[in-house]
Amino acid sequence: MQPAQSIDWSYAPAPETFPVEIQQEHGLFIGGKFVDPRSRKHFDTIDPATEKKLSRVAEAGKADVEVAVKAAQKAFKGWSRMRPAERAGYLFRIARRIQERARELAVLESMDNGKPIKETRDVDVPLVAQHFFHHAGWCDKLAHAVPGVEPRPIGVCAQVIPWNFPLLMAAWKIAPALACGNTVVLKPAETTPLTALRLAEILQEVDLPPGVVNIVTGAGETGRMLVEHPNVQKVAFTGSTDVGKRIARACAGTDKRLTLELGGKSPNIIFADAPMDQAIEGIVNGIWFNQGQVCCAGSRLLVEESVVDEVIGRLTHRMRSLRVGNPLDKNTDVGAINSRQQLERVNSFIECGVQEGADRIVCFDGALPDTGYWVAPTLFRGVQPAHTIAREEIFGPVLTVLTFRTPDEAIARANDTNYGLSAGVWTSRASKAYEVAAGVKAGVVWLNTFNQFDATSPFGGFKESGFGREGGRAGLAAYLA
Amino acid sequence: MATVTKTWKLFIGGAFPRTESGRTIKAVAGGTVHHLCKASRKDLRDAVEAARAAQTKWASSTAYLRGQILYRLAEMLEARRSEFVEAIRATSRVTPRKAKAEVEASIEHVVSFAGWTDKIAIVLGSQNPVAGPFYTFTGIEATGVVGVLAPDESPLLGALALACPALAAGNAVVLAASERHPIPALVLSEALATSDVPGGVCNILTGEHAELVPAMATHRDIDAIVAAARGKHAAALKAGAAENMKRVTIVDPASDFTEPRWRSPVAFRGVTEAKTIWMPSMA
Repeated sequence: MQPAQSIDWSYAPAPETFPVEIQQEHGLFIGGKFVDPRSRKHFDTIDPATEKKLSRVAEAGKADVEVAVKAAQKAFKGWSRMRPAERAGYLFRIARRIQERARELAVLESMDNGKPIKETRDVDVPLVAQHFFHHAGWCDKLAHAVPGVEPRPIGVCAQVIPWNFPLLMAAWKIAPALACGNTVVLKPAETTPLTALRLAEILQEVDLPPGVVNIVTGAGETGRMLVEHPNVQKVAFTGSTDVGKRIARACAGTDKRLTLELGGKSPNIIFADAPMDQAIEGIVNGIWFNQGQVCCAGSRLLVEESVVDEVIGRLTHRMRSLRVGNPLDKNTDVGAINSRQQLERVNSFIECGVQEGADRIVCFDGALPDTGYWVAPTLFRGVQPAHTIAREEIFGPVLTVLTFRTPDEAIARANDTNYGLSAGVWTSRASKAYEVAAGVKAGVVWLNTFNQFDATSPFGGFKESGFGREGGRAGLAAYLA
Repeated sequence: MATVTKTWKLFIGGAFPRTESGRTIKAVAGGTVHHLCKASRKDLRDAVEAARAAQTKWASSTAYLRGQILYRLAEMLEARRSEFVEAIRATSRVTPRKAKAEVEASIEHVVSFAGWTDKIAIVLGSQNPVAGPFYTFTGIEATGVVGVLAPDESPLLGALALACPALAAGNAVVLAASERHPIPALVLSEALATSDVPGGVCNILTGEHAELVPAMATHRDIDAIVAAARGKHAAALKAGAAENMKRVTIVDPASDFTEPRWRSPVAFRGVTEAKTIWMPSMA
């Protein structure tokens, strides 16, 4: 194959111009109202692509968490006893409002998070609407949802979510909790609070009873106070494995129900007989979707030895055509890293990979923007299974390539990790695909595809990727007593 | 001729080793003095190793076969019915009627789970109608190696109520027998040894729970724990389990294990994993 270096891949700018107004300051959403924090503290949230301040957001302290949990407790009686079809009505209306305001939410998400508008518009926000719509329909069917379980709500749910899919994670947490008759105190990530607060406006618009959902913004300390609050009956967390373990320990002496969706180092396995064009796209989607800031990212590429040169040749060719830059440009493939802290973490892993002797390959030959947080799509060859970059979750656009010779070796390598969130398998032979799918310890296995999500389809991990599922009826089980 | 009394040992990997520690617990049963093994951390490690070695094959054998093997275990329990009744009576001093009822319920319990093996995926799995050109389904798999802490009340039925869901789903089990009444579980180990349950799939230890709990909680190659425990032990299990994200199910040791919920699909919750597989439905 001839490398197509002579082609100019640059496109004319195609900025998304949908206007989104952002208030200069946001309060906490408690008891159906936006209120000033009792802590009197605020912090800035910025656009990671420009480093410009977007808004000032309240930092919830102890007293604020207290009030939010009280509001959720107070709302529980009415919400849990409401006629199920009526409860469903609210969730259906939320789903419709999200669809109505979809573009606004997509733009706001891209600004606060740094991810390309293409993704927020076509993936995040549509999935958010679907998640509410799907769960709305469960409200009056819970008796049929989980075999052996007489459906009863649990109570007040403390939900702490990450910054990589801010609104989608809010939907994954809030929708099933509400459908099952629970009330919620949600803490969005400190770097991406804006879309959850916009969702709060939607909750007001649909007249959701006050206190059914409360949103407290803040950093790790706010989250800690929330999950440790004695009047919380259920804790749901999505984030790093380290924090997940801390939460599990903090809840150890209590009867709180716990679900954790944590990190990953997911294998993407390419056999020599894979449909190669699709596989290359699957690898790209697997690791560079959302700048690789995806818990289930296909960050460990396992390639059958006989085709490793072909795969890397095609992949590096494809990497040259990835457009990195302005998240609000409709042609952008790879946006900004979410924060300076994350940028430094990703860069330190890249440094570590080089020091450990792996070959770093970067094919991006354009210029990264002067301001903002950027990492060009990166891949490492010559990686040993013991290398740090082959074991630890980088949570960035960095792919490590390892090889294997047989299906058994592929399975063994795939499972050589403490994580078990997802896996990809690429082969034209169905029997091989199923054999490998059965052998890998992962909660989600994509055969000849990658990074697919749906409200009807359970998502969650084996081993240290956490426990509990989100989506489908396995997801409902986590919110029923 | 003097009566031949039985030496009770641990049950690991299908064999009956003595504890490597040489330590024993004195137990009087039916007027006879026994020196039971007081299992150490090292014994637990050996049992986990045996369980890990046996688990993959057990899980990948067909559900039909696992069902027949568990039914065979019920046959072996039936054959030892009177021995179980004696063991329960001798240590826990319950009435003969109660002991008989516990054995009866235990056999029935194993039979029930022999019938569960090929229904778990039917009842708990799903086809997921996703909004895209994909065929997506969710299967149910064993979590892996499961540590079980048996209660003192109903030492046989309690142990089986907690171990059977794990075994039926394809997990391998390391069972810490009731601390106060361990002998019924040791009779169970003999039933297991003469059944077709492969060596290592169900291992049984006797010893002090205070010693076994922290070891079980923090062992990195145990994937899940199902424990009849309260207060301090329950908290220690959950805190230690965070080390490698074990799934922990705590049950009330005083539960009535004859209730239908112990045979309901809820029993599989902490010992199974949902695995969702996607594939394009169009090329």
